[in-house]
Amino acid sequence: MGLYEISLATGVGIYIILAVSLNMITGYCGQISLGHAAFYGIGAYTVALLSKIGWPIYLTLGAGFLAAGIIGTIVGLTSLRVREDFLAIVTMGVAFLFVGIVRQQEFLGGEMGISGIPSHGMSKLAYLGLVLFFAVLSILFSWYVKRSWMGFAFDAVADDEDTAKVLGLDVKAYKLTAFAMGTAMAGLAGGLYAYYTRFIIPDTFGFIESITILSMVAVGGIGSIFGVVFATILLVLMPEFFRFINDYKLLLYGVLLFSVMRFAPEGLSGFFKLLVRRKDG
Amino acid sequence: MLFIELFIQGLIQGSTYAIIAVGLTLIYGLLRVLHVAHAGLFTLGAYLGVVLTNQTGSLSLGILLAALISGIVGMAIYRLVYEPMLSKPPYVALIASIGLYIGMEEIFRLVFGPFGMSFSSAPLQDIVVFFGIHLRTCQIITVVTNVVLLGILAWIAQRTRIGTGWRATVDDPQMSACFGINPIKVRYMVFFTGSALAAVAGVMVALLTNIVEPTMGAVPSYKSLAIIVLGGLGNVFGTLIASLVLGILEAFGTIYIGDLLDRDAIAFAFLIIVLMIKPTGIFTSR
Repeated sequence: MGLYEISLATGVGIYIILAVSLNMITGYCGQISLGHAAFYGIGAYTVALLSKIGWPIYLTLGAGFLAAGIIGTIVGLTSLRVREDFLAIVTMGVAFLFVGIVRQQEFLGGEMGISGIPSHGMSKLAYLGLVLFFAVLSILFSWYVKRSWMGFAFDAVADDEDTAKVLGLDVKAYKLTAFAMGTAMAGLAGGLYAYYTRFIIPDTFGFIESITILSMVAVGGIGSIFGVVFATILLVLMPEFFRFINDYKLLLYGVLLFSVMRFAPEGLSGFFKLLVRRKDG
Repeated sequence: MLFIELFIQGLIQGSTYAIIAVGLTLIYGLLRVLHVAHAGLFTLGAYLGVVLTNQTGSLSLGILLAALISGIVGMAIYRLVYEPMLSKPPYVALIASIGLYIGMEEIFRLVFGPFGMSFSSAPLQDIVVFFGIHLRTCQIITVVTNVVLLGILAWIAQRTRIGTGWRATVDDPQMSACFGINPIKVRYMVFFTGSALAAVAGVMVALLTNIVEPTMGAVPSYKSLAIIVLGGLGNVFGTLIASLVLGILEAFGTIYIGDLLDRDAIAFAFLIIVLMIKPTGIFTSR
């Protein structure tokens, strides 16, 4: 593999973690989040700051994971107060708030961001291995959660909160758990990103990025792991393979997001299911 | 003096937010759809206003045509986008609308170029002095237009048969259909009115800043979503108050807490604080 392929694959790995983590919140537990990139950013900034004061990589990544998870749990508390459309707007607010706050803080580098993040001290290929290890781990973890008792509880909450409550499920605890797990994973992805580019600016973690992650989940099929992973790989690689699309990358995202929702709201996974069903029947 | 100037700035900004958000809240009340692409129509209106004014040389003709065309595009969006999605879960329409908005922004970039457009000779830029406060004519025109348009809208909604039909459909679509009100017609009308108003707001902002860019709708779009949530989704009066409060809050916030928060983040900080205290917005509808 050349340097270009390694760098591309690392990017794909990071986005897989992000998409899978958002899928936990929005897909499994039905809590729509338009601010996922904020937690990605929290992870990245935590890692950037700590690595600059000399913390080793395994500690910084852990700290990014925890910081995003803790703040994510706090944001998750809002999901106990507001639902659906209101929650969508609040999480969107979180996305803008994150960028708005970071931009004005001297110690976070303001508009200029943080540069000169220390190297991870591995070869590029080894780092790719690390990223892919975490990506696979997050896929396995998310698969395990889906199959577990908790996965069924998430399903119930996503389907109908009130019924879930009547069934005796602790809806609040499950929602918070989904937010904590999903946002912590996004924090980890942010940490990996910080070491990957060694330079971060606030706009990388803005609302558009949140939408990009959401589009991966929506195109893959909300709630389906393999659909989401497949869509992520497709959406990250497509602009690279078709260089001429790169200028129209956003247009492509917009049109794709729109057409999937308009014509196949269950995404790729719904499409595959339909194909399989046709074959069977 | 600074106080009054900031207050007036806030009022100008707030009344513009109101004009954008009022259409959004009407649409939400009717369809329970968060119409993010509304800001696309705001941008479309601004572009059409500038292009048509430059072509015809008449600002009023430009505004009128911009409103008309955007209104028709708004109706088309309802018919082609939202109508087939109404039976789906709410996130479907929301995500589709975000996709549509991003797509529109990119299409503006392709059609009108990435660098923005201006009036060839910007109208209404003379300076008027009121009790020592310097204002441009277009700032006064903006506030007056916004107030007049909102007044007309309120009059239609409260005093005419059409308005009664709107309100009845928002309250109870089935019952109002039983009374012979065509809910589909009401939806078209609301989309037309809302989009036309957004377009007028677009032209006004173009007059104030004399630059129209593809991304000019992004911030108003997300902010007006925050506004309609603050106003209690679907509540028109609440939306007006929330718009004005936010406009003024931003004007002062930029000066006094600008070191802490970005201007655009103030709206969302305010939103989150309010929603945590009162999850249904300042004014609860129903």
